[in-house]
Amino acid sequence: MRVALFVPCYVDAFEPEVGIAALQLLRRFGIDPEYPFDQTCCGQPMVNSGCHEEAAATESLFVRNFAEYDYVVAPSGSCTHQVRCHMTAIPQTDEVRHVRENTYDIVEFLHDVLKVDGFPWAEFPHRVSYHDNCNALRGIGHSSASELRGERYSKPLDLLRMVKGVELVEKSRPDECCGFGGTFSVFEPAVSAKMGHDKVRDHMQAGAEYVVSADSSCMLHQKGCASRLGVPLKFLHIAQVLNGDRA
Amino acid sequence: MNTQDQGSERQSPSDLIHPEMQRHDDGGARGKDGQRLDHAEGNSRPLGTDASEAQPRGAKVRGHRPIDHNEAAARFIAAPEHQKMHDERLWDLRQKRDRQMHAIPEWEELRDLASRIKQHTLTNLAEYLEQFEANARANGIHVHWAEDGAAHNRIVHGILADHGAKRLIKSKSMLTEETGMRHYLESMGIELVETDLGERIQQLDDEPPSHIVVPATHKLRSDVAGIFAEKLGTDPDNWDAHYLAEQQREKTRPLILDADAGLTGANFAVAETGTFVVCTNEGNADLSANVPPLHIASIGIEKLIPRTADLGVLIRLLSRSALGSPMTQYTSHFRGPRDGGEMHVVLVDNGRSARLGMEEFWTSLKCIRCGACMNTCPVYRRSGGLSYGATYSGPIGLILDPTFDKRRYSTLPFASTLNGSCTNVCPVKINIHEQIFTWRKVLAAEHSIGATKQVMMKAAGAVLSHPKLYRSAIAAADSALKILPSFVVANPLNSWTEGRDMPEAPRETFHQWYSRTGGDTETKA
Repeated sequence: MRVALFVPCYVDAFEPEVGIAALQLLRRFGIDPEYPFDQTCCGQPMVNSGCHEEAAATESLFVRNFAEYDYVVAPSGSCTHQVRCHMTAIPQTDEVRHVRENTYDIVEFLHDVLKVDGFPWAEFPHRVSYHDNCNALRGIGHSSASELRGERYSKPLDLLRMVKGVELVEKSRPDECCGFGGTFSVFEPAVSAKMGHDKVRDHMQAGAEYVVSADSSCMLHQKGCASRLGVPLKFLHIAQVLNGDRA
Repeated sequence: MNTQDQGSERQSPSDLIHPEMQRHDDGGARGKDGQRLDHAEGNSRPLGTDASEAQPRGAKVRGHRPIDHNEAAARFIAAPEHQKMHDERLWDLRQKRDRQMHAIPEWEELRDLASRIKQHTLTNLAEYLEQFEANARANGIHVHWAEDGAAHNRIVHGILADHGAKRLIKSKSMLTEETGMRHYLESMGIELVETDLGERIQQLDDEPPSHIVVPATHKLRSDVAGIFAEKLGTDPDNWDAHYLAEQQREKTRPLILDADAGLTGANFAVAETGTFVVCTNEGNADLSANVPPLHIASIGIEKLIPRTADLGVLIRLLSRSALGSPMTQYTSHFRGPRDGGEMHVVLVDNGRSARLGMEEFWTSLKCIRCGACMNTCPVYRRSGGLSYGATYSGPIGLILDPTFDKRRYSTLPFASTLNGSCTNVCPVKINIHEQIFTWRKVLAAEHSIGATKQVMMKAAGAVLSHPKLYRSAIAAADSALKILPSFVVANPLNSWTEGRDMPEAPRETFHQWYSRTGGDTETKA
């Protein structure tokens, strides 16, 4: 099995530890992912703004970087959603379809492909509030959404429950958007920041010490809000917790 | 966590609820068993605050210039009493909706059926409209056709003029908001009285409805007291909901009893019977329809459904989705004029046929105007309906509004985080957030998203598609903050830091770490 690691631009620039944790975590399960050197971004910032034409070259580059692998694994539900559901600015060749169909978020890869049953090296004796990125939640089905009637499930919580010491806390609005929304955070700063402030308060009210998510982008935004409000929350990517990283 | 949200009554953390909202019991609407009534009107939670905060007004509309939603939203958020109340009130409706959903095992099948009924009707709309017209005429209803809003307004005025009618009472209708009927008729010398309480408040305040189901939901009771004091002569310091409602009833009821004509909308028009159905909670549509001798119903052509039996699906979904109540207090079926009376139906297109021809957006015509997408929308709840500067606000508005004025509403599809909650609550399964996403694509392809945004995206695309440019852009930590992700933290609008702190840049990027260590995870960053 040839697996490539995709490190999204946010993670590359701001949260390199997340990429390192994802790499180490996959190795713990006997996967030795390659890191294609010319990778940059999935194209979501442009596509999210409607600018598909402006995203085409970035999407082509993504496919060139990852076409030769059986799986592409990314520590991001949102970027995975972009690749799987929205990478349509370029002609849909066999190569493009192969990449789109075989790109997985690390939560899905562990849960659905590797079907892991434990993280014996990990211990995290903290109260954790899990944040579902909306694209991960409703876009690629990380968890069941509260608006739909049906069986409740959550892949990330399934994984976190395998980590010794983790105590999951419950927010009053479990899957309300945090207001990041990609370029929404720039073009609608008032609502974006307000939503972020409300989200951070909800984590606090729930008694969380740590906010854990599969998406660094939402956490970048929430971290900025928490810092502004003077709220002492700590933020970690789920790959870090599963890898046994200590904060 | 979210696996637990089965609609049980949970205590919210105390300070997430506005403190004024839980200060005391209002002695408000209660049933015989002493329990607070759970329907919309019984659920007005008191603020009881002594501090009066001025009501933030809506978006500034300047001709065809794009609406600045962020500007209006910022003013709404800067009025914390209003914003908090608005968010809590609508979130409460969303939670009630969830409880109704959990009480109905076949909920998702109902949504699917409802979607198919509406889709089938829209696909065969011409036939069903003709069938409706023929059956309605056979029932003794006068049927009129209006191509656009102006034609509708003229037809309504013509009917009123024919009868020498001077005063029109009306129930809630988003369609007549679309057509600007109120102002038109007033300019023609017709006195128009809204009979829905929320709409009456909005009329007295000369504001459009901010929500398609609960039109004055953005107002505090102190706002209402102020308006009533000015317009109805009530006590400005008495904010008691019952006092205000009773005063309004006393002042408005004589106008209703004396009216020359009544106008309603319709929630559904049934082709096989030529009948139409109006769902309200206040019974005001029945007053409007039944008190005066002349009843006019303005109906958008997308309101058609084939059979009475289809109501069994749609009515079950409508109020549960809208207000989280099993059904509206009144579900009135109108078949024809009563003895000595006259009934007119105006079937209105006003852009609907054109929308039906839009491949990406035609299914938005399935909308039954329940407002569930607005109640669940985290952006709507925080910005208020008037911040959209349009007849339709919230998620469904972002799809509909650009079909009315593409330039003025070109910014609205960006007033969304694309979180997808709207799509999940929609009782007729409109893929709302995907259509919002598609609008962005359509507008960008036409270069209608604003030059700043498009230039930023072009620059981002150029950097992100060239590994060397990308690497050099983020090579140094401080330049990473300046350039990557340029579309977020160092955007030319400099908007990130308005409510958030900047992220700290790490000593080295992942790429630099990998280059330095060869991916040896024992050598940490």
